[in-house]
Amino acid sequence: MAKKDGGSAESELATKDGAVSAGTAVIAAEVFQNPGMPPHHPRATDQDPKKEKAAARRVGGLFLLSVASSIFAIVAYVIFPITPGNLSSVRLNNLFLGVGISLALLSIGIGAIYWAKNLMKDGEWTEPRHPTRGSEETRAAAAEVFKLGNEESGFGRRTLIRRSLIGALVVAPLPAVVMLRDLAPAADPVALLNKTMWAKGVRLSRDPDGTPIKASDVTIGSVFHVIPDNLGDAESRLDEKAKAAVILMRLDPQDLHVSEERKDWNYQGIVAYSKICTHVGCPVALAEQHTHHLLCPCHQSQFDISHEAKVIFGPAKRPLPQLPITVDDEGYLIAQSDFTEPVGPSFWERA
Amino acid sequence: MTTAESTATKSGVKAAGGSKFTSAAASYLDERTAISGITKELGRKIFPDHWTFMLGEVAIYSLIAILLSGTFLTLFFDPTMTEVHYDGSYVPFKGVEMSAAYSSTLNISFDIRGGLLMRQVHHWAALLFVAAIGLHMLRVFFNGAFRKPRELNWVIGFVLFILAMGEGFTGYSLPDDLLSGNGLRIIDGMVKGIPLVGTWVSYLLFGGEFPGGVIVPRLYSLHILLLPAILVAALGLHLLLMVINKHTQYGGPGRTNDNVVGVPVMPNFAAKAGGFFFVVFGVIVLISTFFTINPIWNYGPYDPAPISAGTQPDWYIGFLDGALRLVPPGWEVVLWNHTYSFNILAPMIIIGIFILLVLLYPFIEIWVTGDKREHHIADRPRNAPVRTAIGAAGVSFYAVLWAAGGSDVIATHFHLTIEAVTHTLQALLILAPIIAFWITKRVCISLQKKDREVALHGYESGRMVRLPGGQYHEVHQPLDDYERWRLVDYHDYKPLMIRPGADGKIKFSQRLRAVVSRWFFEDRISPATPKELEQGGHH
Repeated sequence: MAKKDGGSAESELATKDGAVSAGTAVIAAEVFQNPGMPPHHPRATDQDPKKEKAAARRVGGLFLLSVASSIFAIVAYVIFPITPGNLSSVRLNNLFLGVGISLALLSIGIGAIYWAKNLMKDGEWTEPRHPTRGSEETRAAAAEVFKLGNEESGFGRRTLIRRSLIGALVVAPLPAVVMLRDLAPAADPVALLNKTMWAKGVRLSRDPDGTPIKASDVTIGSVFHVIPDNLGDAESRLDEKAKAAVILMRLDPQDLHVSEERKDWNYQGIVAYSKICTHVGCPVALAEQHTHHLLCPCHQSQFDISHEAKVIFGPAKRPLPQLPITVDDEGYLIAQSDFTEPVGPSFWERA
Repeated sequence: MTTAESTATKSGVKAAGGSKFTSAAASYLDERTAISGITKELGRKIFPDHWTFMLGEVAIYSLIAILLSGTFLTLFFDPTMTEVHYDGSYVPFKGVEMSAAYSSTLNISFDIRGGLLMRQVHHWAALLFVAAIGLHMLRVFFNGAFRKPRELNWVIGFVLFILAMGEGFTGYSLPDDLLSGNGLRIIDGMVKGIPLVGTWVSYLLFGGEFPGGVIVPRLYSLHILLLPAILVAALGLHLLLMVINKHTQYGGPGRTNDNVVGVPVMPNFAAKAGGFFFVVFGVIVLISTFFTINPIWNYGPYDPAPISAGTQPDWYIGFLDGALRLVPPGWEVVLWNHTYSFNILAPMIIIGIFILLVLLYPFIEIWVTGDKREHHIADRPRNAPVRTAIGAAGVSFYAVLWAAGGSDVIATHFHLTIEAVTHTLQALLILAPIIAFWITKRVCISLQKKDREVALHGYESGRMVRLPGGQYHEVHQPLDDYERWRLVDYHDYKPLMIRPGADGKIKFSQRLRAVVSRWFFEDRISPATPKELEQGGHH
């Protein structure tokens, strides 16, 4: 073995074909010679028949252990049934079934590896490598195949056929692309994104039980998770909720910095903002009472409720849209209108 | 096949010493498939043996565990979003409205014997699958095992890595729980941020507005049909090319670029690899028995309004999520009446470039070295300092993004502010790769220098000798030929010299190549030569 010069720069493979460039590799004139395979050291099991026998017994023992474990798993499946409503029965079933199967698999695996390492013929074998490329004859024959194919079909010569075929093949997949249109309904997505269930007079109610909220129930500093009162009537409840979810807080009116055009949008310091993050749409559900900050747990955008939910940290750019609210005759909070801008993540047609 | 031949085969098989039945069966098969040819060709094929070569095996074996457990799950999973009222064993959700997907996942967990085990096997095996592929890729990268003739197999392996993440994400989304739904919400938000087509792509993907009622069945057909079919086909190609190219091997005495040293498929490699499959599968089942993964019953069915703090995606999606988190505030502009969400586009583009560089690296390196020879000896990472340093830079870039994916958890765990963590990670995203590159390169070069010294002067023996003149001298123990060979068997490259072409001009590409080549090889350390050894003995 390893009779050859090992200086890999001069290896047969690399230089067999004179055309193969070694690039900027340094081909040293004089290199160390590969000393060949080191001497082989026999294993204990090769020298001592007693140890060999013991090893064989161990392998057999492991395989038998596997049989026993598989049977154990089957028995466990039967004698540890799941009783409805009883979580510990699930746990026991999982535990004993799992232990049985793992032991069965592991003992096969460890047994086979132990067998290979200690009992199968030991040593290292060598086989030659050949260049990956086909032989010159093969390459010439392959080139000939294409040449004949071209000549016999006239693919290169008959330009009309070639070009029209290429054209046909390019156009043929187009119907498949067009057919993807009906993945979604006919309606225009932009129009849908621009409106929510909120409208004039819709009551603000608690998420998830749907009870309406009285302004007097909202104490300063408290936070309500809000859905429109009519959400239950929606055709697709989750789609509507994904746009209409609102977070409601009451601040001391002195802490509230309200711009001129929004001065009627809050009710005695009660403000309502879209709960859907303007970054990629996670619910902005974490409120910090004393700072009036809202935090989105997905990407950590923070919004300052005392300053019309403007972004104070994180990847979001736009403030959370505000829902204009007031109260009805019975003192329940209601929306004055829908949001005045689309809620949720930005999109191309939004601006 | 003629009778004479078949008789010959028969007797040949018999002579090999099989029982009557095996030889008859082998002969029967061969007469119908000519399988003796393949057996002769591959049966004693030599596979080099090294623990790092088992990382790819781990990936394949966990894939088998995934396919088996996944098939079991399809028997019970209902991939629809029809609203149902839960009526299973898990008391806290009795009567709660949820999708059929979520409800059937609860049933698999709490009403089907072994269902929870199979769910956990499926999930743990998937986590291991992606991790094993990642480590295998790193092994191949740092060994330079992507060099000719294996560049195409690197590309196929890359495709497998992407597919594995795709499989992971689609699978993660199927139970329709609160966490997976939020993951989809983020995908929806990202897709909507794509200029021109984003809104429509999201609309078509979700079959209407988010979340709609069709995303789970759609992802299901991707998850169990389309992606696995491509994945298994690509894996087949990957293995076929590995057989054609033969496995790389580490350098060492007796190992050359023209041979393969190892153990034959039959029986040694088959026993070891087959055994290792059972070990991997067994370990996955063992982990699944004792460690809960993705307890969807704690999260509840998907609802767009609630969320809990500290939620994390599966580990391999973390770097994407982290990239989104590190964008500084305000990266969104409105131009010509359209919204450009650079807070979404920038991470997508940066990750896209990063991934593209990973894909193209073998082609970049062969362009720099110009070395078109085949390479079958795996480099020791120290012997390719700049490549190793580039790898380290890439790993640290990924690591920072990955850490950013858990920035909130880091902040709460170590009692830091989220702002401080984010700003630190933003800085590290740029600094860490530079520092990692520099340190790694220096360490590699130092190790190479040490190797040279040891090859030429031997080991420090620890034996001090006092010379007649009163000097003290430590005796160095010379290496034997086998030990020395490990230290001197490697290639080195010199920087490219620019030469004008036939027209007397120097092309731009030539200049660029020279610059990159200098950057790669200017600090090279050549392997020790016999001449130096000879001279070393005298001074």
